[in-house]
Amino acid sequence: MIVELGAFALTLAFCLSVAQAGLSFAGRRWRNASLRGAGEGAALVVFAAIVLAFASLTTAFVTSDFSVLNVANNSHSEKPLLYKIAAVWGSHEGSMLLWDLALTGFGAAVVLAGGGLPTNLRSVTVGVQGLLGLLFIGYTAFASNPFIRIPNPPVEGASLNPILQDPFLAIHPPFLYSGYVGFSVVFSLCVAVLIEGRVDAAFARWVRPWALAAWSLLTIGITLGSFWAYYELGWGGWWFWDPVENASFMPWLAGAALLHSAIVTEKRGALTGWTVFLGLAAFTFSMLGAFLVRSGILTSVHAFAVDSKRGAMLLAILALAGGGGLGLFAWRAPGLKPGGLFAPISREGALVINNLFLATAALIVMLGTLYPLIYKAVTDQPLSFGAPAFNLMFGVLMTPVLLIMPAATLLSWKRADAKGAVQRLWAAALAVVGAVALAYLLQRPKTGFALLGVGLGVWLIAGALSELAHRVRLGATTLHDSLTRLTHLPRSAIGMTLAHIGVGVFVLGACVELNGRVEVAKVVATGETVDIGAYHLTLSGVSTVEGPNFTAERAKVEVRGPSGSGALFPERRFYPANRQTVSQVAIDVRGASDLYVVFGERREGARPTWLIRAYWNPFARLIFLGPLIMALGGALSLSDRRLRLVAGRKAVAAAQTKAAT
Amino acid sequence: MTGKARALVGALCALWLTAGAAGDPADQLPNPAQEGRARALFQEIRCLVCQNESIDDSEAQLADDLRRIVREQIRAGRTDAQVRAFLVARYGKFVLLKPPFDAGTALLWLGPFGVLAAAAVIVWRRRPTAHVADEPPLTREEQEKLNRLR
Repeated sequence: MIVELGAFALTLAFCLSVAQAGLSFAGRRWRNASLRGAGEGAALVVFAAIVLAFASLTTAFVTSDFSVLNVANNSHSEKPLLYKIAAVWGSHEGSMLLWDLALTGFGAAVVLAGGGLPTNLRSVTVGVQGLLGLLFIGYTAFASNPFIRIPNPPVEGASLNPILQDPFLAIHPPFLYSGYVGFSVVFSLCVAVLIEGRVDAAFARWVRPWALAAWSLLTIGITLGSFWAYYELGWGGWWFWDPVENASFMPWLAGAALLHSAIVTEKRGALTGWTVFLGLAAFTFSMLGAFLVRSGILTSVHAFAVDSKRGAMLLAILALAGGGGLGLFAWRAPGLKPGGLFAPISREGALVINNLFLATAALIVMLGTLYPLIYKAVTDQPLSFGAPAFNLMFGVLMTPVLLIMPAATLLSWKRADAKGAVQRLWAAALAVVGAVALAYLLQRPKTGFALLGVGLGVWLIAGALSELAHRVRLGATTLHDSLTRLTHLPRSAIGMTLAHIGVGVFVLGACVELNGRVEVAKVVATGETVDIGAYHLTLSGVSTVEGPNFTAERAKVEVRGPSGSGALFPERRFYPANRQTVSQVAIDVRGASDLYVVFGERREGARPTWLIRAYWNPFARLIFLGPLIMALGGALSLSDRRLRLVAGRKAVAAAQTKAAT
Repeated sequence: MTGKARALVGALCALWLTAGAAGDPADQLPNPAQEGRARALFQEIRCLVCQNESIDDSEAQLADDLRRIVREQIRAGRTDAQVRAFLVARYGKFVLLKPPFDAGTALLWLGPFGVLAAAAVIVWRRRPTAHVADEPPLTREEQEKLNRLR
């Protein structure tokens, strides 16, 4: 019964999306407040209906109702409750429902927080959001319905892929999807701007917080996924340039470019057309990702049920929505008025360079992901473009732009003094020299790329701090005055500093980890020792453990090393429901570095031995810490008083009351 | 690839869950420099039956065979380029995760940089000095006002 209610709510949401779009556009066309209001009301009810649908599917999973096909295929009665809930979005159908939940949630948020927008712009935005809802809810309801019943329900479910039975499945997709779909608001707003044919200050002020929110959520989502792969896959890799990862990286890059160009549009009224284009591109990339991940046209290490018929439908949605948006841009953008003036060497100029490089980065990811398909279609020969190729292209492209990044933040608007900006970075340059010298002395084994990474990372971190120091006039005035200035800085300024420090922390971690990783593998019996660097790992015992839905062989590995000793418990788990064995690694965190231990298969002999694989991953924590700092910076900027949506609405309300009196 | 073949490959590659097989001590070359070269090459070579993995990461049987081939060739004194050429002759260009630069891949390798260069030229050409010219010239009244200020 509850499942039928969910199916009904999903269909209702589809019908109401039609109403949301129709009423909003009609309200705009005939300038009728009742119609507009009805369209906005529909947006809220669509969200409520999807929440109901989502809740009923969750109920079906929690109660293990195997008469529902999706539950029978993806759940098992013995699975822990957390994974029963997380399995709701572990399948194709359920993940589309999560996508719809985020999409309609953002639609409702536009209505609730949209008081600051001009009436016409708001109606069209809500209407476009309704059209997107129509496409995606329609797809879910008619082509990917998670509520389908089966006539002869099985006694037990097929369970979820054991690799997905991890706490990260519970948190990674919700963040990722909120990020992907958060860009839909920016998309709708940009379409509305193109339809209305003019860009006013409200647009620029509006697009930034939504882009910040979506980008920060996407950053967290990608980082969680990366960390999950890092400890789950069993060999310490954290980014594979896999099509599924690239699918999330493209909107991230477009979103990062958008954040920067929106600043220019907001503060200086320039780059308007480009900002609108990026706003359209970010969500188009999100939709491209949804298509690539589910269509099965690309082979990926990330398992997802693929279906070419559904792929064709998602491609049609991508063509309609993305193509429609970009087509509208080509038609209407030339009419947008050009903005403010600036010299080539200025903050605007630097942000243009930032955008050129970030857009090229997105292009590299797109071409590297799709080119093999085109190549195959033309020559009938398969082609690979994998991690080593992407790493080379990204290294060449990003190194120069990261080098100039600290100087760019020191440039002033309109016309700047490049020499002055570079001179202000002397302290950062000293820090780089010191850090590289220290790394050269301490590093084992010595690699040039790791040193380069240390230099670049420290340059970015120290550069961001130099900018902050300059802003609070550290050294030029009393310490007390500097501290007062620091507390009075707008949060968006501190957010920028944090985000840029995050980039530096990530570069530092990634370069050192990739170039300094040490790996040791050895077959040992109990009591024997594996040496890795300065650490000694002794296999002191192996026991059998019964989990809720698996049995595991658990090793006790005693660690002795420079910063104290302890014990690790890596496992090999066997899941009888799937007949799969999964390795559960154990990680000993030493400062920012990881000692990563994998317990391999048992080898029979005179006495049993096991393969122990150990990795020393220097600075691995920084790889995940950096992006989280970036997201924190984004969130801090979002909380800036000037950007806060409610504050904007209050300001408008105050202005209106003032005008009325 | 048909659905069934894909499912079979998927089943074969189920082993990737415990990946990282390349470091198995039993297979390693005695010469550490040669072993290092082999490991570096592994990362550039695709496990052909897997879902987008290098033979350094994959535990599939084919990856194991490819690793043995690479190690044997390196032990026999072949250069990295010779090993790559051998694998390409046997399995096609698909086996290389970093495709060689040729007529078919030039667009892929240079395209983004070409677009970047073209965009930079366009931005420079249309730099705001052009907009300065677009600004309407001062009217006579404004000019007089300006003269008075001077």
